[in-house]
Amino acid sequence: MKLLKFLGVRDSAPVARERLQILLAHERSLVGRSDLVAILREEILQVIAKHCAIDRDNVRVKMAKGDTLSTLEVDLEIRAPGGAGIALAS
Amino acid sequence: MSQVVVVTSGKGGVGKTTSTAAIGAALAQSGQNVVVVDFDVGLRNLDLILGAERRVVYDLVNVIQGHANLSQALIRDKRCETLYLLPASQTRDKDALTEEGVFRVIEELRQRFDWVICDSPAGIERGAQLAMRHADLAIIVTNPEVSSVRDSDRIIGLLDSKTVKAERGEWMEKLLLLTRYDSARAQRGDMLKTEDVLEILSIPLLGIIPESQDVLRASNVGAPVTLNNPASAPAKAYMDAARRLRGESLDVTIPRDKKSLMGMLFGRKAA
Repeated sequence: MKLLKFLGVRDSAPVARERLQILLAHERSLVGRSDLVAILREEILQVIAKHCAIDRDNVRVKMAKGDTLSTLEVDLEIRAPGGAGIALAS
Repeated sequence: MSQVVVVTSGKGGVGKTTSTAAIGAALAQSGQNVVVVDFDVGLRNLDLILGAERRVVYDLVNVIQGHANLSQALIRDKRCETLYLLPASQTRDKDALTEEGVFRVIEELRQRFDWVICDSPAGIERGAQLAMRHADLAIIVTNPEVSSVRDSDRIIGLLDSKTVKAERGEWMEKLLLLTRYDSARAQRGDMLKTEDVLEILSIPLLGIIPESQDVLRASNVGAPVTLNNPASAPAKAYMDAARRLRGESLDVTIPRDKKSLMGMLFGRKAA
């Protein structure tokens, strides 16, 4: 063991510790956020459904977090009265 | 004043059931009235660890559904008369538990016991959430290993959001029980140290249970390790943890097994 250390082979426990610290910092910031996306998705759909016919299975809501700004992407199809759908992305 | 404790971890196989049995028995051995409740509906095992598997007639689901009363379902330990078990059902699934039913049973147990210790199923789904729902205190069982620590972190998040205490805006007390700890490996840098796990999870330490052959020996014969071999290192560690639960402030040490002369001469092979 001492020889391995002498040869520059790293102990595994500090690696585990570092990996966990990075991973958990990331995961803790995500908790609660997934709920937020679900709530936003539901409320946005309700508002749009009041005015247009929408296909609820064809909706994508995505939230991305950047350093200086976060974005919310909503992608859904609105059914046109004639039959052909209009894709709407905002 | 009775205390409802949930023993939980997220990850399976880290020692929730072993620890529930050992701490429950240790509290009962000190004269407290204790009931251990198995919440792992469909995969019950606390009965087996306590050596009561052939005495189960009624279970938690029967009580919740009104097919049996508590006195019929509770099983008194044969070695320690203040220790009781409320077994889980083996034939139903977790949906057989209702939130209202669990609340009723826990309240009734609170009236009769000093300690109600709930053994949570693994995972973060409904069964685990029902087990923690009415707890006053949580014991987080963690192995010094990356996946266990990650899952414990997740469970801590749930305890702070999905329990009745958390919803009322009260502080949910969470204590770390580090199990299967090998100080020699931690010292060599091969295993996460206690300080590492404490720093990452930032909750207070209830105890460190050393990796030991006595744990498997005890489960083989169906006895909590604190009853089966009270002089063994893990038994001492569990008994210390139980004393801390009762409010004593003891320094956390890692008990060691005494090595026999043969053991010292021939290392592991002679153990």
